[in-house]
Amino acid sequence: MIKDENQSVIEKKNLDDRIIALAGNPNVGKSTVFNYLTGLNQHTGNWPGKTVTNAQGRYLHKGKGFILVDLPGIYSLMANSVEEEVARDFICFGNPDATLIVADATCLERNLNLVLQTLEITNTGILCVNLLDEAKSKKINIDLKELSKQLGIPVIGTCARDGKGLSELMDEAYNLTMKKSIKSNYIIKYDKPIEEAIALLEPSIRKLIGDLSSRWLALKLLDGDKTIIKSINRYYKIDILEEEEIVNKLQLAREVLINSGIDNNLFRDKVVSRIVIKAEEISRKVVSYENEKYNLRDRKIDRILTSKTFGIPIMLALLGFVFWLTIIGANYPSQMISDGLFWLEVRINAFLITINFPVWLQGLLVEGVYRTLAWVISVMLPPMAIFFPLFSLLEDLGYLPRIAFNLDNFFKKACAHGKQALTMCMGFGCNAAGVVGCRIIDSPRERLIAIITNAFVPCNGRFPTLIAVITIFFTGFFSGLSGSFASAFILTMLIVLSVVMTLLLSKILSRTILKGLPSSFALELPPYRKPQISKVITRSIFDRTIFVLGRAVVVAAPAGLIIWIMANITIGNISILSHCASFLNPFAKLIGLDGYIIMAFILGFPANEIVLPIIIMSYMSKGSLLQLDNLYQLRELLINNGWTWLTAACFIIFTLMHWPCGTTFLTIRKETQSWKWTIVSFLVPTLTGSLFCFIITTIVRLLGII
Amino acid sequence: MGDSVFPLNYLPLGKKARVKALISVGSTRRRMLDLGIISNTEVEALQKSPSGDPIAYCIRGAVIALRSEEASQILVEEIY
Repeated sequence: MIKDENQSVIEKKNLDDRIIALAGNPNVGKSTVFNYLTGLNQHTGNWPGKTVTNAQGRYLHKGKGFILVDLPGIYSLMANSVEEEVARDFICFGNPDATLIVADATCLERNLNLVLQTLEITNTGILCVNLLDEAKSKKINIDLKELSKQLGIPVIGTCARDGKGLSELMDEAYNLTMKKSIKSNYIIKYDKPIEEAIALLEPSIRKLIGDLSSRWLALKLLDGDKTIIKSINRYYKIDILEEEEIVNKLQLAREVLINSGIDNNLFRDKVVSRIVIKAEEISRKVVSYENEKYNLRDRKIDRILTSKTFGIPIMLALLGFVFWLTIIGANYPSQMISDGLFWLEVRINAFLITINFPVWLQGLLVEGVYRTLAWVISVMLPPMAIFFPLFSLLEDLGYLPRIAFNLDNFFKKACAHGKQALTMCMGFGCNAAGVVGCRIIDSPRERLIAIITNAFVPCNGRFPTLIAVITIFFTGFFSGLSGSFASAFILTMLIVLSVVMTLLLSKILSRTILKGLPSSFALELPPYRKPQISKVITRSIFDRTIFVLGRAVVVAAPAGLIIWIMANITIGNISILSHCASFLNPFAKLIGLDGYIIMAFILGFPANEIVLPIIIMSYMSKGSLLQLDNLYQLRELLINNGWTWLTAACFIIFTLMHWPCGTTFLTIRKETQSWKWTIVSFLVPTLTGSLFCFIITTIVRLLGII
Repeated sequence: MGDSVFPLNYLPLGKKARVKALISVGSTRRRMLDLGIISNTEVEALQKSPSGDPIAYCIRGAVIALRSEEASQILVEEIY
């Protein structure tokens, strides 16, 4: 068993299983290769942002088991970020039987940087040149045979989304991992003094650690890379700076370098430049362009999507359009599911009466558990099942980096990292995924800011709640299309508000507890890709459906149970629920809500999807309504329980800004490794939301509008 | 270095230039080198973001957006 950075364990089904590390730049179809080979829809692949943690899957080929470990998408192994460190450590110290590097055929030179760096570490590399079809349509030719000769490793061309070339790839992986003979690493020759320094140091490393990667480790030690010393310590339990021989040789080698005028900085420059030049040389030998202007179409699209005049309006319009489709599209299935489930409820009740089922237990199970579940499924599921694939499509197209590009200046002014715009976008899918995605930000200060403010953007689980309340209170009186347009417009404005709050709080954090200046960054704008529409839709609907249903059963059912019990057990003639609600009421009133709503937010901690259903359950248990099957009746229920447009507005604001859900909370703990920052992440949105609601409520009340 | 050398962020859109020097230090320098920004690398200014900063450049076949802070530390010479 091998432990990687995050203590995730590689589990072999069979002791003879071979381990294959899967590396590659972001956006090269690594996840497609992974999913195709393992037949898995790896969970992380369903979130925007793709691989955020090391997923693993097993496949069989020629009767042999292979475990594929999907490493984070990275451009380099120089350990500039946590992700690069994770990938580097797994390739170097995880002892994979082979390392499969996926490269983008349309941008081979850039990808070769990672390929060469990987080959310096391992002698069991296989290169998969993916997206050959796209290269072909751009009239880019790649001589795969020559590339294989140049690199000295097997090279396979693939179109992973059609599965083309993948069986050859598996063959190569099979051959390579079955081979007994050990071949030497790919060697990049550096300048003479550097080679001399390596020659001095390498034998001692080989003696201590073994043959594997000794040349590369020597390079890293000469470089003075502190992370590698930590990693050696962790994996080999050797404190390399306590080893006298190494220290002496390192000293000698450094002297050689300094005598040739190579200090630490120049050393690094020379090493990196050498790899870049090598990549350029190889690429010149194997890549030919029939059409030098092969990127013209992408540039034209970029000129529109990121233009000064239209860039931001188009972005808002696209967002609004996605919301509109979600609202329009969710109506019908929502109604159908709800009709179906309530029809079933009547039948279940009738059945339970015929078998003389205890009345209290019937209430508990049907009115408590079943109804909450029915609400979660009918109101929450359809918008999620529509929004998520649409969002994934935008992501597959390559639009998210353009959003980051458009918004970067705002983030810079907020002293935050440019990539925070990306992690913010991931938050729309799921805040927990957004928080993990913050690993792409290497400066710890800016990463914390991105983590703390991630919950300000509403996740997929909060959209349905927002849509329902917006429709009920603000746009329900519009008829037909104009209603859905108005709802989409309000929702878009709410997103603008949440982005503004993200920026504002990032700024405040950078001025107070996380002082500092923005660090450098480079944002890649990958080529636009034709999304695999049918695959995205089926996959995300299918996976989301199962995921949401699973979570609903796990979370909503017990919550429904608790609510029912609290509503039906009385102390001094008043139910426990009312006791709790009246305890919370004074605070709730201050921020325009009521005790039941706050209770629902508290009980909704495990999953935001269940907040609205819990509110409905609480109100219904007070006996004001028995059946509830459409939004109009929901409006009646809420108004009967004292909701005004101010309550609705504050509810919406508080939905946008309160503590992160349980999953996100635990993820923040895991990612920051600190309770302090986890609690800060809890408090920042909660206090902001409370303050926001308090101010609105106070102003409205002072003006006497309500 | 002659007078013709200037910071990359002043390169007009659609123009190409050759990298003459990288003056950034520390981790920024590392990152720029990793992108393949070394002496004599050809870069082309492609597209400004709506607010004018960052700017997207074509560097070794990839499109990379750099903020003015980083681009100003890359000295280039225009290719005519």
